[in-house]
Amino acid sequence: MSSMTDFNAAKIARTASGTRVDLVLVSQMVARGAKVLDVGCGDGELLHLLGESRDVDGRGIELSREGVNECVAKGLAVIQGDADTDLGDYPDDAFDYVILSQTLQATRHPRVVLEHMLRIGRHAVVSFPNFGHWTVRLQLLFAGHMPQTDILPYSWYDTPNIHHCTIKDFVQLCNEIGVKIEKAVALNAWGSPLRLNAPWWFWNLFGEQGVFLLSRKD
Amino acid sequence: MADNQTASDLIVRDADHPRDALIATFGADKPLKLDAGVSLSPFQIAYTTYGTLNADKSNAIMVCHALTGDQYVAQVHPVTKKNGWWETLIGPGKPIDPARYFVICPNVIGGCMGSSGPASTNPQTGKPWGLEFPVVTIRDMVRAQAMLLDRLGIDTLFAVVGGSMGGMQVLQWAASYPERVFAAVPIACATRHSAQNIAFHEVGRQAIMADPEWRGGRYHLEGSNPRRGLAVARMGAHITYLSDAALHRKFGRKFQDRENPTFSFDADFEVESYLRHQGITFVERFDANSYLYLTRAMDYFDLAADAGGALANAFKGTPTRFCVISFTSDWLFPTTESRATVHALNAASARVSFAEIVTDKGHDAFLLEEPEMFGIVRGFLEGASRARGLTGKK
Repeated sequence: MSSMTDFNAAKIARTASGTRVDLVLVSQMVARGAKVLDVGCGDGELLHLLGESRDVDGRGIELSREGVNECVAKGLAVIQGDADTDLGDYPDDAFDYVILSQTLQATRHPRVVLEHMLRIGRHAVVSFPNFGHWTVRLQLLFAGHMPQTDILPYSWYDTPNIHHCTIKDFVQLCNEIGVKIEKAVALNAWGSPLRLNAPWWFWNLFGEQGVFLLSRKD
Repeated sequence: MADNQTASDLIVRDADHPRDALIATFGADKPLKLDAGVSLSPFQIAYTTYGTLNADKSNAIMVCHALTGDQYVAQVHPVTKKNGWWETLIGPGKPIDPARYFVICPNVIGGCMGSSGPASTNPQTGKPWGLEFPVVTIRDMVRAQAMLLDRLGIDTLFAVVGGSMGGMQVLQWAASYPERVFAAVPIACATRHSAQNIAFHEVGRQAIMADPEWRGGRYHLEGSNPRRGLAVARMGAHITYLSDAALHRKFGRKFQDRENPTFSFDADFEVESYLRHQGITFVERFDANSYLYLTRAMDYFDLAADAGGALANAFKGTPTRFCVISFTSDWLFPTTESRATVHALNAASARVSFAEIVTDKGHDAFLLEEPEMFGIVRGFLEGASRARGLTGKK
C-alpha cells in the first residue's frame, strides 16, 4: 500500500500552483460536498485539496505512521491502517466515493481492494501508473532492466509496488468484476490528458497514468 | 500511629474540603442515579477551571483525569506541591490554551480530592463513608460530570480529553451524550478493561485489604491507615505504567548509593528504591478505599456490553469527531485496543483520526513530554475549532 515515500520519491507533474495534476483530475471526478474515503492518503495532499476545492467530508487511511501523524496534525480525519486488511471493517455504502490514488499497485490483493471500494462507496476513483507506457516497454525490451521512470523510481528489490498493471489490464479487471467505467482519463508524462476519443491501445502506450471513475453495475 | 492518624485525617479533610478548587453541591432534588441501582444524594463535585467561557458557551473543554489523578490538572497540587499533572498539554501556548478554551477538570465521583467518595463524610452519619459508599462506574462519573455541566449552564462541550481512565470517561461521554460532545480525544485507553488489567487491579486491592490497618475499610473511624498495602498496590501498578525498555534505560541493574550488593533485602537496586519512593509518596495524597472504588469502576467498564454486545452500536450515528491516540510501548492499553475502538467508530461511520506514537515510555507516555502527541492534539483541535466556528472568535 502507498506510503509517504511514494509521493516524495516519485516525480509527478504538478500544476502552476504546485498541486499534482493527477490529484486535480481525481478531485474533479468527485461531486461537491460528497463523503469521501481516501485509501492510502499519504501526507493528505488530496484530502486537503478535496476539502478546499470540493467541500467534501473527507476521511483517510494511511499505512505509514509518519503520514498519518502529519495528516492528523493538519486537522484531517485520518487513521493508521492497511487497505488490504482494514477495508473489510467498513460498512456498506458508508461513503459516496472511495479513492485509491497511486496505491493500487502496492496492495497485496488489488481485486479484493477494488471490490471493497465499491461495496463501501457508491463510486470509486482509481489512479495508477500505467506499466504499459512506451518508456516502460522500451526499458524492458532494449535495456533488459526492470523499468525505472520518474513516477516509478524504485529498484525492483525495494519497490513497494508489487502488482503493476497496464491500463488495458485494469479495464479487463473492471470487466471481470462487473464494474462500470463512468469515466477514464490517461495522462501523458507532462500531466496532460490524452485525446479523449483515442482507442485503448493508444492510451495504453502513451498514457503514463490512468485515472478511472467507477461505479457499481446495477 | 499518631503519624498514621494525621495522614488519614488530612485525607478526610481534603475529601470534604479540597484546597484551591471549586465545589458544586447537589442536594436532595438532584440525586445522582448510580448503575448500582441506588442514588447518591446529596453529593458534591470538586473541580477547577482555566480560561473564560465565551459568549455562546461553545469553547468548553472537559479534561478527565486518570485513576490516581485529580482536578489539579494545570496548577500546583495543594498536597504534593508539584506542578499540575497535565501542564505539558494545558497552559499558555500549549495545545489546550486557556486563552482560547474554557477548561473544566472535575475530580471523579469515588475520588478523594473533593468529589464525593469513600473518604467523604456520609451526611447520614457524620463520619467517613468507607465501604458504605456505593460502588460507582465510569458511566456514573460521567453522569455526574454532565450534571456539573448543566450547573455551569453549558449545553455542549467543544471537546472531552483524557488518558487511561480519563480516556474511558471520554469514550463514555461520547457514548452517553453524543449530542453534547463536539470532539473527543481518548488517549491510551480502551472501550473495556481487559482480563489482564482486571487481574492487576485485583492484586492491588488485595494488597490494601491484606494490610491489617485497613480494618475492613473502617480505618478512618478506627484511627489507622493501610499505608503499606496502598504503597504496595501503587508499586505494582506503577510497573504497568512503564515499559521494560524505559525501566532499563532509567535504572538498568544499577545499585542505589552502594558499590556492592548488601546480601540483604534492602533496596539495593535503584529500581527498588524508586518504586518504594513511588509507594510512599502516593499514600500521602490518596485514600486506600478510593483506590478500591476507582479500580473497580475501571474493571466494570465495557461499552460494548452496555450497547448489547456490538461496540459499533455504542457510537451509532454519532456526530462527534474523534482523535484516538495510542503509544507503541503501552502494554496496559496496547494499540490493539485503540484499533478496536477505531474499527467500531469506522463501522459507525464516525469521523475518526487515529495515531500511534512511537515511544519507549509505556502507558505513562500520555503524561510526559511527547511532542508528536502535542502536535496531533493541537492539529486535531485546530481542525475541530475551525469546524465549530471557534477560530477567530474571542
